Amino acid sequence: MAKKKKNRNVAIVGVGQTQYSSHREDVNQPEMIHEAVSLALADAGITIDDVDAIVHGNMELFEMVHQPDLWHMLGTGGYGKDSFRITTGGTTGATIACAADNLVASEMYDVVMAVGFEKLQEGHTTGGITNMADPLWSRQLQTGALTGSTGYKMEKEFGEERANRAAMMYRIMMDKHACLNHNSHRSFGLDFDQMDDLMENSPRLVGNLRLIHMCSQSDGCCVVIFASEKKAKKMAKPPVWVRDHITVHREETFNIFGFDENYPVPMTHRFAAEQLFARNGIDSPVDYFDVFEMYDPSGWWGADWMKEFFLFENDEHLKLIEDKEIMIDGKMPINPSGGVTAANPIGATALVRVAEAALQVRGDAGGHQIPRDVNHALASGFGGTMWTVLMMLERELNW
Amino acid sequence: MGKRVAICALEQVKNEPDIWYQRFQGMLLDCLEPILEKTGVTFDMDKGIRNVITCSDDVFDARTISDSGVTDVVGAHFRGEEKMAQDSINGLGYAMACILSGHDDVVLYMGHCKESQTESRYMNTNLAYDPFYMRPLGIDFLSANAFQARAYMEKAGIDDDHLAEIVVRSRKNAAKNPYARENEMVSGDQVKKSPYLADPIRELHFYPVTDWAFGMLLCSEERAKEFCDNPVWLTGYGSCMDSYFPGDRDIISNFALKNAASRAYSMAGVKNPQKEIDLFELADQSAYQLPMWAEGVGIVDEYTGGKWIEEGGPDKSQVNLSGGMLNGNPVMLGGVARVAEAWYQLRGEAGDRQIKKPKKALAHGVTGAMGQHHGVVILEK
Repeated sequence: MAKKKKNRNVAIVGVGQTQYSSHREDVNQPEMIHEAVSLALADAGITIDDVDAIVHGNMELFEMVHQPDLWHMLGTGGYGKDSFRITTGGTTGATIACAADNLVASEMYDVVMAVGFEKLQEGHTTGGITNMADPLWSRQLQTGALTGSTGYKMEKEFGEERANRAAMMYRIMMDKHACLNHNSHRSFGLDFDQMDDLMENSPRLVGNLRLIHMCSQSDGCCVVIFASEKKAKKMAKPPVWVRDHITVHREETFNIFGFDENYPVPMTHRFAAEQLFARNGIDSPVDYFDVFEMYDPSGWWGADWMKEFFLFENDEHLKLIEDKEIMIDGKMPINPSGGVTAANPIGATALVRVAEAALQVRGDAGGHQIPRDVNHALASGFGGTMWTVLMMLERELNW
Repeated sequence: MGKRVAICALEQVKNEPDIWYQRFQGMLLDCLEPILEKTGVTFDMDKGIRNVITCSDDVFDARTISDSGVTDVVGAHFRGEEKMAQDSINGLGYAMACILSGHDDVVLYMGHCKESQTESRYMNTNLAYDPFYMRPLGIDFLSANAFQARAYMEKAGIDDDHLAEIVVRSRKNAAKNPYARENEMVSGDQVKKSPYLADPIRELHFYPVTDWAFGMLLCSEERAKEFCDNPVWLTGYGSCMDSYFPGDRDIISNFALKNAASRAYSMAGVKNPQKEIDLFELADQSAYQLPMWAEGVGIVDEYTGGKWIEEGGPDKSQVNLSGGMLNGNPVMLGGVARVAEAWYQLRGEAGDRQIKKPKKALAHGVTGAMGQHHGVVILEK
């Protein structure tokens, strides 16, 4: 599709994240949100009075709080402000980033704060996810977010040995990144010599999806502040420009369009990437981007989805993994933050991808900063029934 | 700002107490198909709908990610879809942002809610309260509203007779609205004898359980002609959040609604709402809210709601000719139900209840108890 002209430029000007953890029993939900809000405001060098509108998102059934923004306004600072609540499942964090970008670009607001949150300890995550399936047709079959089908597909495609090694190697590299990020919920200190042991002994969840492959359920909040060009240039930190974003959802039942070999339907990841890169004139995403913060809920998904996002046709993604080129000092660093297997507070997780990509562009990622200039960043969100959101960030306003 | 967004189509099913014979997916499809037919809009990636906004609620649908149940029937298979998870009026504000930002030029907006599916609306809204201080009290949106009702009625000189008059008028107006929930006509005495739900709110003072769905097509000013001859223009939006704990709030101050309305007025360039706006649709979940919200949007002097009712203010200012939310629209969708009435009136398609040549309308939606969050839009011919 043709590129539409953005009404005005929008930048990320502030980022705040809590420590991610399995249990934040020391704080309630608004208190936890307030931690991230305070950090984001301090990062931008502004006060809550400078914020025009708030976009809040998470999933009601995880904590069993209906319309939680009504309570959470105590922590978001939403009193007296325009406020929205927009949710889309796992993609929620990325959706509220896109919404904040739209709200600022529209000139309806100059400074918009996106607040993504989850306190999964207070509910039952797998039960919550299972409850998204159709009550008549598929709820009895759904096993939360656990699925062995990606592993099965990769094994068929590349052989059992190579596929399993790639998924575990991907997972170990993510853990190495997680160890560099002080916000990580999980950082085990895994090393490559543990690969054979983990492939054999980590408990199986479904098929060859093993416990070690899978993301955790975490508590945490992420806040990202978006501002118009004029405002952004007056803020404390260099602006990180939002170039474009795309959202691609698909119908709920997995198998109607998906699995007929005669009528292949692309993954939403590939469809989104094709559309977004084509309209922005990017021929080779793997060469263009300096970092990719991917919503990778498991080692299998992370490894497999690289192929879709980078529009590879063969085994280029496996080679990048096997050559360790996705590590922080590699050719195509993926998730220097540790990614979703390091922390997964679901309503915040996709916003964390955007936040971490912005920190990399700004050079402010601290211990997990990529050791060279980061000019072009990509962040992805995943959720629902294979839904995708992609957002592109830039250091310069020169596209 | 001077920029506006076109509403090119609006379709709805009839508000009913229990649409037991159809799933909400079917209700949405009944709204989508006429939109496609009447406007000729497609889901083409270049020229058609690339982004769909939906409105529904996880708790009322008893379903995590309630929008995943409707992605296909709203045409979002391999298209964008974003769920407005508060009163639907705010989806119009967000659709406006999507279009004015330049990111989208055509937006489909679809919403559904079946209140009949839930065991208890009060159990659901009790869950909106924090689990530590408020929820254990058993408070819900109805009982919280009862506090506000008592305080406001005291201050604004409103008694049981006024409320009865509001209910009787709502039902009479709704009888002329073919999409309204069919309720029995009631007399003032019947209203005054109806049992208390939460003192001073009686059963007939509170909107009944209702199922409904809607669809709308919005687009940029440049493209409006492609889809319809007489669009309704969305020219202003504003919302505002009040504080959470009832004890922290001045519950009769209309703080959030005043802010939301003044923001919408300023975006639409409205200086004197009473004079410039021909039609007001207010989300009165309970009878006392009709005069209270009318004060909030600035067409009634503060705390004079009782006098306003006595003087026939609602008819003079042309407020809630649809019957209002009081006659029955599901929670979350009250705001767009108000927009629907404005849509028919501004296009001259309101049948028996058509007013003379309206040019501007205000539609309002509320989220939470005691009007914690309000959204207001301004619509023009």
